[in-house]
Amino acid sequence: LAFSIHFALLLALIIVFSTSCKAVTLEVGSVEVGYNDSSKSSATEDTSTSINGSTDGHAPSVISTLPIVTWKWHHIETPYLVALWILTCWLCKLVCELNHNVTSVIPESGLLIILGFILGGIIWGADKAQTFKLIPTNFFYYLLPQIILDASYCMPNKLFFSNLGAILIHAIIGTCWNAATVGTALWACYEGGAMGTLNIGPLQFLLFGALISAVDPVAVIAVFEEVHVNEVLYILVFGESLLNDGVTVVLYNVFDAFVSLGGLKINAAEIVKGIVSFFVVAFGGSFLGVVFAILISMLTRVTKNVQVIEAGFIVVLGYLSYLTAEMLSLSAILSITFCGVCCQKYINANMDEKSVTTLRYTLKVMANGSETMIFVFLGVSAIDKNIWVWNTGFILLTIFFVVVFRFIGVFFLNWVLNQSRLIPIDITDQFVMAYGGLRGAVAYGLAALLDEKKIPEKNLMLGTTLIVVYFTVILQGITMKPLVQWLKVKKATHSDLTLNGKMNNRAFEHILTAMEDICGRMGDNWWTRHWSYFEDKYVCRLLMKSDARKHKDPIFGAFHKLNLEDATKYVIEGERKGSLAFIRNYDSASVDFKKKLALEYADFITADVSEYDFGIDNVPVTSVMKNPIPSVSLDIHEQDRKSMPDDLSAHHLLDQHLYKSRRNNCPTYSRSHYNTSENPDEMQEIFQRTMRSRLESFKSAKMGVNPAKKLSKYPKKDSAHKPNGKPADPHRTHPYGDEDFGFSADSASSSEIADHFHGRSTNTPGAGVDNPAFIPEMDISPPMRNPPWQTETGNKTAVAPSQRAQGRLPWMPTNLRHLAPLRMSTHSTDAFVMADASLDEEAPEKKPGTHHTRL
Amino acid sequence: MGSTNSTLLKIPNVEVLMQETGFSPAHIIRLHDRFKALDKEGRGHLCPHDFGAIKELAMNPIGDRIIGAFFSPGKETVDFHTFVKILAHFRPVDKDRPKEPNSPEPINSRSNKLKFAFQLYDQDKDGKISRDELLQVLRAMLGMQVTDEQLESIADRTIQEADLDRDDTISFEEFRKACKHKRFTMFRFCIRPGERKLMLTLCHWSSELQDQHEL
Repeated sequence: LAFSIHFALLLALIIVFSTSCKAVTLEVGSVEVGYNDSSKSSATEDTSTSINGSTDGHAPSVISTLPIVTWKWHHIETPYLVALWILTCWLCKLVCELNHNVTSVIPESGLLIILGFILGGIIWGADKAQTFKLIPTNFFYYLLPQIILDASYCMPNKLFFSNLGAILIHAIIGTCWNAATVGTALWACYEGGAMGTLNIGPLQFLLFGALISAVDPVAVIAVFEEVHVNEVLYILVFGESLLNDGVTVVLYNVFDAFVSLGGLKINAAEIVKGIVSFFVVAFGGSFLGVVFAILISMLTRVTKNVQVIEAGFIVVLGYLSYLTAEMLSLSAILSITFCGVCCQKYINANMDEKSVTTLRYTLKVMANGSETMIFVFLGVSAIDKNIWVWNTGFILLTIFFVVVFRFIGVFFLNWVLNQSRLIPIDITDQFVMAYGGLRGAVAYGLAALLDEKKIPEKNLMLGTTLIVVYFTVILQGITMKPLVQWLKVKKATHSDLTLNGKMNNRAFEHILTAMEDICGRMGDNWWTRHWSYFEDKYVCRLLMKSDARKHKDPIFGAFHKLNLEDATKYVIEGERKGSLAFIRNYDSASVDFKKKLALEYADFITADVSEYDFGIDNVPVTSVMKNPIPSVSLDIHEQDRKSMPDDLSAHHLLDQHLYKSRRNNCPTYSRSHYNTSENPDEMQEIFQRTMRSRLESFKSAKMGVNPAKKLSKYPKKDSAHKPNGKPADPHRTHPYGDEDFGFSADSASSSEIADHFHGRSTNTPGAGVDNPAFIPEMDISPPMRNPPWQTETGNKTAVAPSQRAQGRLPWMPTNLRHLAPLRMSTHSTDAFVMADASLDEEAPEKKPGTHHTRL
Repeated sequence: MGSTNSTLLKIPNVEVLMQETGFSPAHIIRLHDRFKALDKEGRGHLCPHDFGAIKELAMNPIGDRIIGAFFSPGKETVDFHTFVKILAHFRPVDKDRPKEPNSPEPINSRSNKLKFAFQLYDQDKDGKISRDELLQVLRAMLGMQVTDEQLESIADRTIQEADLDRDDTISFEEFRKACKHKRFTMFRFCIRPGERKLMLTLCHWSSELQDQHEL
């Protein structure tokens, strides 16, 4: 079966591909976007124009009768071809990904290039000419920006800025070093006679050195994300490759200008100008990016009414920052890089969570798509007789120098950096860094941009660049993984996102700051500290929404994330187990349940409850006042949404009853895989563990192992709360109510509750399959002595409203949710989580006065 | 060199101090200067209000706890020896320190660093971080941004995460284990660049590096 899928896909690929080829062999016109078909034989042109003439639908001249359908190829030719090619490239990726045994050996980028060879070969076989190739304009304007934007937007911010010094040194000095040494060394060899006679001057060699020194982020990410090296190494390589693209382009432009000027006119003044222009272009571009980042952040403050296109603003403005920089002849790559890096924090806080997800996925789709196209076209472009001017000496020496000088440069710069680093970059990391200097499409694009009039040997340079790209991407890419394993490079360690981590991190920071103050001022993190102070005080006020400011605290953020993750998992588990009965019949059942309980246990409600009664009684009134439900509502879920409590009760609820997240928080930036570590096995295991621990808590409850400890908690908590006075928000009073309930529901009558639970869920029509993990437990022990919620591990503040209050309340989803944990603890894990998972997503929408366009 | 020696000679038992803490003479002098600057009345010891006079420290949310860490229970003053010993917790762990089998654990060992952090939480010194103690710290650090109830649930969850024996408190063992699985990077700052660098570190949590909400 697997083979047939394989085969079918290949077939589909070939069909799509041949369509796009056929279309071109039949039809000739100038295909501007994406493909260059200048070298067409005139014979085909004649035949095709004749075909065109006969089938051209839009010719208004001679129609004898009304045509029913016409052939309008020319109308759609360009977009059609573009779309077909995109499809072809993506199918290539699909084919590559079919077999993971292959991708684990050869990186995907290499495979794509190889597939590109094959496609190029087919085209060449059909046309005897190079019909399609990667045109620099398209590459730089349509394919590259989204890759850079995605990379910078997903950049681990803190890591990036804390290593910014090292990254900048590698990107700027390292690139200049590479450009200068490769260029000079090649020229020296040329003078020494290693390459025969070539029409290349020293300046041209330097220009070539500049373009070949660009470490390509696309290639680097593609290789490194499969290797999972430790994050410092990763950010160094990745950040360097991202920034040095910008530097390379600037260097390239400077040298290009020098070449145009000609060797004679270059004097000291011109060289100084060149250096000045280098810095102006690089820093100007970065500055422009920051300006655009500020613009974007401010814009997202006010986009909440147009949430659907909110994410689009970021993409468009990011692209504009790229184009603007290009227009001002500043460094476009640096501009879009800094735009993405700087605005990510603020837009993530400002925008709705859904928009953030949309943006991430949009960027991933675009970046991944164009990355695929770039690699395929790098392969396709190779099949061209014209560019292959073979000069063994030149090619081999280039490869040799590129590798050697990269190593020298990296080792030297790291040695300098290690003098002041607390944790030095160790030798294996340095080696991998140097080895990870993959060249890619940027170098090719720059080489293709060369002007043949100024540089007679353009084709030699282009061919050599391609070979260097193939050499680094395919050969170094393949050997990277074994090398990393062999050198025992420190891998990225996965660590859970934990509240302990967040909290201790914060505490440690405070401690260090205090120690710094005690010992005297101006430490290394003086800047960090003052920046964060300044940011809190001014930047956030300017760039963040006020409510976003409130929630940006990392501890709180971690808490929120953990809760969301848990909630999602529970829903998934519940759905898989098929016990989502609560969706259909929960309301009536629970109303009955509550009424019954209220009657039964009215006696047990202690005086404590009265203290909170006032607040609880107000619930219906205030909630109606706050959220008037319109009399006519077409949206079925409208009412539920209106009466959603705010986030905090959800946090509270989840916090009480969910287990610690076990999902790994993968630190690497990954372009192609968004959710990094989620396999079914893990889910299964989490589920089983959860079940096991719950069963244990049941058992311990039955044996009466540790109820005393639990009981002692309640008074303590109550006393802790009382000084705070009565909370003003009625929703917040719910948690305390249930303590009394859980506490007072004595063991004698708890068996009834258990029976009730059991009976209800099995009698419910359409209840589906109950959680199998619980059924045996329930059957064996109908007379349970202790209600399960008393023994729940995290059940310190239970969350259901008090019985008395619930008896009075008309049923509302809010209350339902609060009661759900009780049910969860006996029967299904998913009962309340479903409601809460949607809660957080919906919460922003319930604000009055907002009008949302729905997708 | 002469001035260095003369300053060093003024400090009593300086040899012992250097032996215990591992600070170099330059560091000791640097700290001694700072100590004298803090001790405005020249009594030879520091009182809590001397620390309180440090402006930045007053802004630190857990500043008073940190000041408290300098004073052993029942004592109102801290002399130079204790001062340096406390600061020695923050020296980087030296890897190439000769391993002497009988030597006591150095002050700047990882475990001692953690112990120092732990006692900032554990104010009643019973060896356990209770829920209330955790709440106090959280309240100080999170400030007004979150409500009491959120704080409580965060505290509960935090305890739940670390609490292995389910006694609803975090003991030092649990605290250490909670830190054990994580990546620790050294977090550095040095005092006054340009002068001899005095590097202070603490084990630093780096699991949040990926967190994109933070700059």
